[in-house]
Amino acid sequence: MKDELDNREERVANLKGMGCSRKRVEDARFTQGKGNYVDDIKLDGMLFGDFVRSPYAHARIKSINTEAALQVPGVLAVLTAADLAPLGLHWMPTLAGDKQMVLADGKVLFQGQEVAFVVAEDRYAAADGIEAVEVEYEELPVIVNPFESLKSDVVLREDLDPKAPGAHGPRKHHNHIFTWEAGDKETTQEVISNAEVVAEESMYYHRTHPCPLETCGCVASMDKVNGKLTLWGTFQAPHAIRTVVSLISGIEEHNIRVISPDIGGGFGNKVGAYPGYVCSVVASIVTGKPVKWIEDRMDNLMTTAFARDYHMTGKISATKEGKITGLHCQVVADHGGFDACADPTKFPAGFMNICTGSYDIPTAYLEVDGVYTNKAPGGVSYRCSFRVTEAVYFIERMIEVLAIKLNMDAAELRRINFIKKEQFPYKAALGWEYDSGDYHTAWDKALKTVDYEGLRKEQAERVEAFKRGETRKIMGIGLSFFTEIVGAGPVKNCDILGLGMFDSCEIRIHPTGSAIARLGTISQGQGHATTFAQILASEIGLPADSITIEEGDTDTAPYGLGTYGSRSTPVAGAATAMAGRKIRAKAQMIAAYLLEVHDNDVEFDVDRFVVKGAPERFKTMKEIAFAAYNQAIPGLEPGLEAVSYYDPPNMTYPFGAYVCVMDIDVDTGVPEIRRFYALDDCGTRINPMIIEGQVHGGLTEALAVALGQEIAYDDMGNVKTGTLMDFFLPTAWEVPNYETDFTVTPSPHHPIGAKGVGESPHVGGVPCFSNAVQDAFRPFGNTHTNMPHDHWRIWRTANELGLHS
Amino acid sequence: MIPAAFEYHRPKDMAGVLAVLEEHGDDARVMAGGHSLIPMMKLRMADVPHLIDLQDVGGLSDIDVQSDTIRIGALVTQHDIITNDALTAVAPILREAALQIADPQVRYMGTVGGNVANGDPGNDMPGLMQCLDASFTLVGPNGERTVAAREFYEAAYMTAREDDEVLTAVVIPVPSGGYAYEKQKRKIGDYATAAAAVQLIKQGDTCVHAAIAMTNLSDTPIFSEDAGAALIGTSLDDAALKAAVAAMLNDIDPTEDNRGPIAFKKHVAGVILRRAIERAWSRA
Ligand SMILES: Cc1cc2nc3c(=O)[nH]c(=O)nc-3n(C[C@H](O)[C@H](O)[C@H](O)COP(=O)(O)OP(=O)(O)OC[C@H]3O[C@@H](n4cnc5c(N)ncnc54)[C@H](O)[C@@H]3O)c2cc1C
Repeated sequence: MKDELDNREERVANLKGMGCSRKRVEDARFTQGKGNYVDDIKLDGMLFGDFVRSPYAHARIKSINTEAALQVPGVLAVLTAADLAPLGLHWMPTLAGDKQMVLADGKVLFQGQEVAFVVAEDRYAAADGIEAVEVEYEELPVIVNPFESLKSDVVLREDLDPKAPGAHGPRKHHNHIFTWEAGDKETTQEVISNAEVVAEESMYYHRTHPCPLETCGCVASMDKVNGKLTLWGTFQAPHAIRTVVSLISGIEEHNIRVISPDIGGGFGNKVGAYPGYVCSVVASIVTGKPVKWIEDRMDNLMTTAFARDYHMTGKISATKEGKITGLHCQVVADHGGFDACADPTKFPAGFMNICTGSYDIPTAYLEVDGVYTNKAPGGVSYRCSFRVTEAVYFIERMIEVLAIKLNMDAAELRRINFIKKEQFPYKAALGWEYDSGDYHTAWDKALKTVDYEGLRKEQAERVEAFKRGETRKIMGIGLSFFTEIVGAGPVKNCDILGLGMFDSCEIRIHPTGSAIARLGTISQGQGHATTFAQILASEIGLPADSITIEEGDTDTAPYGLGTYGSRSTPVAGAATAMAGRKIRAKAQMIAAYLLEVHDNDVEFDVDRFVVKGAPERFKTMKEIAFAAYNQAIPGLEPGLEAVSYYDPPNMTYPFGAYVCVMDIDVDTGVPEIRRFYALDDCGTRINPMIIEGQVHGGLTEALAVALGQEIAYDDMGNVKTGTLMDFFLPTAWEVPNYETDFTVTPSPHHPIGAKGVGESPHVGGVPCFSNAVQDAFRPFGNTHTNMPHDHWRIWRTANELGLHS
Repeated sequence: MIPAAFEYHRPKDMAGVLAVLEEHGDDARVMAGGHSLIPMMKLRMADVPHLIDLQDVGGLSDIDVQSDTIRIGALVTQHDIITNDALTAVAPILREAALQIADPQVRYMGTVGGNVANGDPGNDMPGLMQCLDASFTLVGPNGERTVAAREFYEAAYMTAREDDEVLTAVVIPVPSGGYAYEKQKRKIGDYATAAAAVQLIKQGDTCVHAAIAMTNLSDTPIFSEDAGAALIGTSLDDAALKAAVAAMLNDIDPTEDNRGPIAFKKHVAGVILRRAIERAWSRA
């Protein structure tokens, strides 16, 4: 029998498996406006709920009068904390072991806090209803600075016993949340005090926001006849949301169906549970009708999920030759009014303890203090694994500061401190075991591609020309080498609300040789339907085009912890490969039966099993699939299905080398990015085109954060950047042309060697853009200036360095 | 971001517009492109119980280039300005400025009339029109009158236009000489950190005419007569440029906001003006 695709290469190509830049199957509907987002869901009799929000950052609520609002045509109900209290739903647990008010219970702690929930026939009536709710506030002193908060007599959280420990141990002060430590404090301090060279720096990683194009929202529909609650929402972790809803509402989990439809970007914004979800569910139970809640842009920026807000102080010690000997990092973390950070339970500062970066640093110590202030809660991982952007920014700035102290080239300083290839798996001083890496190769490739030496020469000439008055533009070369820690994570140390951070895949092969696979993750634009089908195509030998990927419906998908922290490929991708291998194992037995040989006498070849040594005798996976449903095979159950729950043995550690060349107009503070080179090593590459897209997106968000994107508060706790006029969301105009490149160092513990890439460019990009700005001013005496480097702050740096006189 | 309920009127002619304005007084407002007004209504910062859409009123959408004047109807969009070659041939500064307003989507809707009538100090066209010494045609219950752009702006959102008047056209004397519209902004779609409109005439080596206006550096656009005067009669040497910048700085009164503190804005205003003058001079 002659197969029509006899040629092996052709058969491989036909699968569109791993390594192929397969076009995204999602894009047909997205580019035609045919996506189905939460706000596209319209149900019969659906109501709309929206919040009365506090104009004050800290105030006592004297009274709430809803009478006038209830007179507004179309308004059906106004919920306040008093209405939720009998159900015990006026507060809800946060992912960080704290609790958060669903609706203001006696006081408000941040501007925009949810005070009452107006339920109306449509969103217009709801908006009118909101205007008509009368709330009497008594203003309280506002604290927006965490250092002041730790000294203040003002008690922000009156609900907490100031003496009782919090979820992460003892609290030092009534506005203190936790202290978290990693590493060896004494040895580190000793090493640093005896070191030949020590560089110190304090830096503030400002508060920002992930700002996905689609804001958060949900539709809750309680069917009182069958007792089932269906909840559609913008959830990055639909299964965890189901469990949380069950735990706080008392509705049994089998009676709750959570559906994440198409999601317009998440970047961490959609991991947590928000008051809008709880209120919508309650409102649906109360009214017996479906209730929709959708944030507007200002609600989104002001109230759900800020990121960063880390005040970091570092000390780094080295020998005179530049070999780093110790690192000390102290963080004061501003968590806002409630600790709602989305981190694995045992990691209240996320994976900040990856802050030794890509360097072989023998001793290190990290201490993080979480603090309450009158700002919005959140603390999500904005396009990064838990607090990894902060960690990488910290170490990549400390390296630069040390280079200045040593009067050394920062590229060379990195090179002599990199963990060497042969040191992997590498146990870092703060506890992590890096799986694999080849940093020197990547670094050399990057520096060579951009002609690093040539750039430095040009920069030196520019400095001279500037000093001679021939130009008003200076030039910066931004370097960054990052190691991410993604793929949370091993159940032994990673859980969220007690749920282990494994993930899952369930595969059904249909009789005619096509398949559906369902995963516990949920795409928000990453292209899972494209790439996971590619993994399976390579594993089971059926074309990717014949494999449907489905996620996000808890009634059908297997349980998983969702998509964030670049965990989908490292965890669910591994589950997919493992489930595929189970399919293949059964297929092997079926093939052997059909070919009338022993199981061990057939082997897998691209899309078929062949008899060893007789490749002309084979059964294609398509034939095997059919046989699974029409043959009575002794000892085998009919059908061809598999499920895998994958508990990763370790995290994965993608890395990369970035270079940014920037020109800065010192008179206006306007930076211009001349070149941006990004080399990423994410291990095995599943779809190079999607990787490139992810890198472009992550770099653009990095540019945003480094050059202007900020949630700023005034002293009264008013959000100054609550609209897109002031909150910097770059357009194509502001974004440079990115050059992408790669090396491949597979993860040794991952079934297909893939490490994850969606967040790397953000993690590595922020310090790269920032370092470019700072490097431009280095020849004029700059050591460090804080982000965001918007025009006026760049101008201020130039001004303070005397470049305007 | 949902506006309060409002009544929508769409009269077919100016008489209809004026009738609604007369009937509802303060409660009525005209809408042109809606790209300043609707956001304000959505934020509930503008309360407009009666919204009068001008789109169906005829005679407001023409660009009429005569030998010494240009007449731009109030409903001409910023996009129309950019694509009108006859206009660009005689007054290229209009196109240069319009290209720096917002983004294409806004410019398809935003009108010249709305931009100059709005009274937002962030709008680019008021300063531009002051530089060009334009005048605005206003029609009200008592007929038509003309107000010079340089006399029009009183404070933020306060202009010489009465509530019952409609701005129907902008009339500009055909400019001559070199021009430049220079604007610094944080990103596409942003209002100016500082912007300068400059129009000057060069005879031999000497500047014989100079008009300078600045945007978003006070609560109104600033026509700086002194800055222009500092250039006239000079050959735009460094001393003249410095004098013009100093005169301009004397006239502006910026406030601190997210774009930066006052010292920064003043510095940038000086840099931007200098660049605008130099560019205009190179084209003169
Ligand atoms: C994202 C964004 C960015 C922007 N950036 C800029 C920018 O950089 N520079 C800039 O200059 N503008 C900018 N704008 C504003 C834009 O140019 C507006 O379109 C313009 O300011 C108003 O024109 P309009 O036709 O939309 O007026 P409308 O919004 O319809 O009206 C504005 C005001 O003027 C009044 N009005 C309108 N027409 C008349 C008339 N004929 N007679 C009397 N009163 C009238 C209205 O009653 C209202 O009070 C931006 C807008 C947006 C949404």
